[in-house]
Amino acid sequence: MNRPNEPQRGADAAVVAMLKRDLMLLLRQRGDVINPLVFFALVITLFPIGISPEPALLAVVAPGLLWVAALLAALLSLDGLFRSDFDDGSLEQWLLAPQPTALLCMAKVLAHWLLTGLPLALIAPLLGVMLALPAGSYWALCVSLALGTASLSLIGAIGAALTVGLARGGVLLSLLVLPLYIPVLIFGSGAVSAAVVGSGLAAHLAILGALLAVALMLAPWAIAAALRISING
Amino acid sequence: MRLCLEARQLACERDDRPLFGQLDFALGSGDIVQVEGPNGSGKTTLLKILSGQLGDYQGELFWNGVSLRQNRDHFLANLLYLGHAPGVKAGLTALETLAWYQALAGDIPSEDTSLEALAQWGLAGFEDVPAHQLSAGQQRRIALARLLLQPRPLWILDEPFTAIDRNGVALLESLIQAHANAGGCVVVTTHHRLDIARLGRIRLGVTGE
Amino acid sequence: MWAFIQKLRSPKWFYAIGGKCQPWFWAAALGLIALGSVWGLAFAPADYQQGNSFRIIYVHVPTAFLAQSIFVSMAACGLAFMVWKIKLADMAASVMAPIGALMTFVALYSGAVWGVPTWGTWWIWDARLTSMLILLFLYIGVIALRRAFASLEGGARAASVLAMVGVINIPIIKYSVDWWYTLHQPASFTITGRAAMPMAMWAPLLVMVVGFYCFFIALTLTRTRSEILRREGGKRWVRELVEEGADGL
Repeated sequence: MNRPNEPQRGADAAVVAMLKRDLMLLLRQRGDVINPLVFFALVITLFPIGISPEPALLAVVAPGLLWVAALLAALLSLDGLFRSDFDDGSLEQWLLAPQPTALLCMAKVLAHWLLTGLPLALIAPLLGVMLALPAGSYWALCVSLALGTASLSLIGAIGAALTVGLARGGVLLSLLVLPLYIPVLIFGSGAVSAAVVGSGLAAHLAILGALLAVALMLAPWAIAAALRISING
Repeated sequence: MRLCLEARQLACERDDRPLFGQLDFALGSGDIVQVEGPNGSGKTTLLKILSGQLGDYQGELFWNGVSLRQNRDHFLANLLYLGHAPGVKAGLTALETLAWYQALAGDIPSEDTSLEALAQWGLAGFEDVPAHQLSAGQQRRIALARLLLQPRPLWILDEPFTAIDRNGVALLESLIQAHANAGGCVVVTTHHRLDIARLGRIRLGVTGE
Repeated sequence: MWAFIQKLRSPKWFYAIGGKCQPWFWAAALGLIALGSVWGLAFAPADYQQGNSFRIIYVHVPTAFLAQSIFVSMAACGLAFMVWKIKLADMAASVMAPIGALMTFVALYSGAVWGVPTWGTWWIWDARLTSMLILLFLYIGVIALRRAFASLEGGARAASVLAMVGVINIPIIKYSVDWWYTLHQPASFTITGRAAMPMAMWAPLLVMVVGFYCFFIALTLTRTRSEILRREGGKRWVRELVEEGADGL
């Protein structure tokens, strides 16, 4: 017992364990995975009812509607990202692990994206059909949502980390995060619109990729710093 | 090598309200220290500072003679901290929780030792039950099983006796004693009267304003 | 440099220096704003296209500049607070946020008023107005986050992180909004997007901009000093100051 302890395995094992644990927890709490998808479908159902069932009109606004609804659905799922870890004390434990906190944060965000962002991107074409989205823009919808929701998860995790210790963090979270989502929304819905008219799609996707690269570089540090603040707030 | 956590002129204020000040102590192998003080005297805050979670303090902390701020990784690899909340996920079984903790700390997961540790804490037969079906005391026992599973020289335990029954209390006391006898070091807060020989004390909030 | 940073750790030092500087900044602010207003409103020539309504530029542009600069300085203060643990920087950041939000609001409001004679409507999703609106939401977020924390320290740190995240995002938001606007409104008329303003028009604008910056510095000094007194109320030097007869309160 008098000998100093040295970790026998590197950070990769910890990151994999974190990812596995979060995927397992999300899959056991199936509501957390399914609710954002149902919300997405519901919001899309509201628009034809609120605006007009006219396919020509819907086709014009479909890229924007699909993107806004997916963005709100992704936002809805964020509040729980760190909250259960915070409530049961796991958060302070993994912040004290002798591992780079930013990497562990990335693993959590990745698990979140795999089970919210990616499914949203995959069911979006179905909802696109319901909004009479012109043919030829479906895969642009999928790719732009998959790329975009990854950025949304990373940026949103910063907000979730900042508000995890607050009793009424949910509304505040949207206030903090939505303005930061605007560039992703612009280029995401722009990509779908560009695919509809048949021009400039690659540029949009490239910019979405660039936004994701920046978010990947900076967000994990901000998330880690925000979590440290929240557990001592 | 003798492991040692040393505080010099340690002081903390939160929101410009002094919580405690001018603490000087050195904890080394074989020491068991109980942090005492009334509610709100800063016991949890002191433990958070000593476990390296809260960097917002005056004075200096040293781990093995090197400032804690520079020696953080080595320190964390030697620390076992149990907080107010047990850190047990409701959706995971006891075995999954322990495996996760082992991976997180860089230990090589071993199901046999996990089963052994759980059995010693009276959780034999509950290894594969999701924690939300267990009582608060049983959840606490899962967390305490880490004391057997993950050998770390320095234990920092915040109210570890919460929710456990008399047998559990006796077991924990004997573990703490055995850990110190083996050369470990324990810092603990509790309102429970500890039945432990050679108990050191840090008193907070006695000289306060 | 390091000696200066060390000095900034002492709110007492800043309180004294700030007290000496602030009358000058107030005088400069009021003087320049008065000069710029009279010059711009009465003497500068009217715009050949917009007539007299263009004169709202003398409020719109300085406030729009300030709205962005204040966010940057707030984030810089947040960085200083997080890196060097300078409490004073956070006090300054906390008083800057409402000033910045107010400036953003004034810029938005003056833009909307300007829209009535130019576009015939109070609101158009013009690139500049849209980024301003987003900036206002960012300010509200920072202020709301700080207030949501029970502890002063936690709120200060959280607001600092959010301000830094925001300041990285501001240029990205600005460029993407500009890009979005040109995509949807290719050949529209923007209110301040024209080059080659004659000297007689932009000289008073320059005076107004400098005046508004002085106003911001003066207001920040005054408000930071009262924030120091509020937070350090229990310290001995503040009590002595109050007993002395409160010079400069």
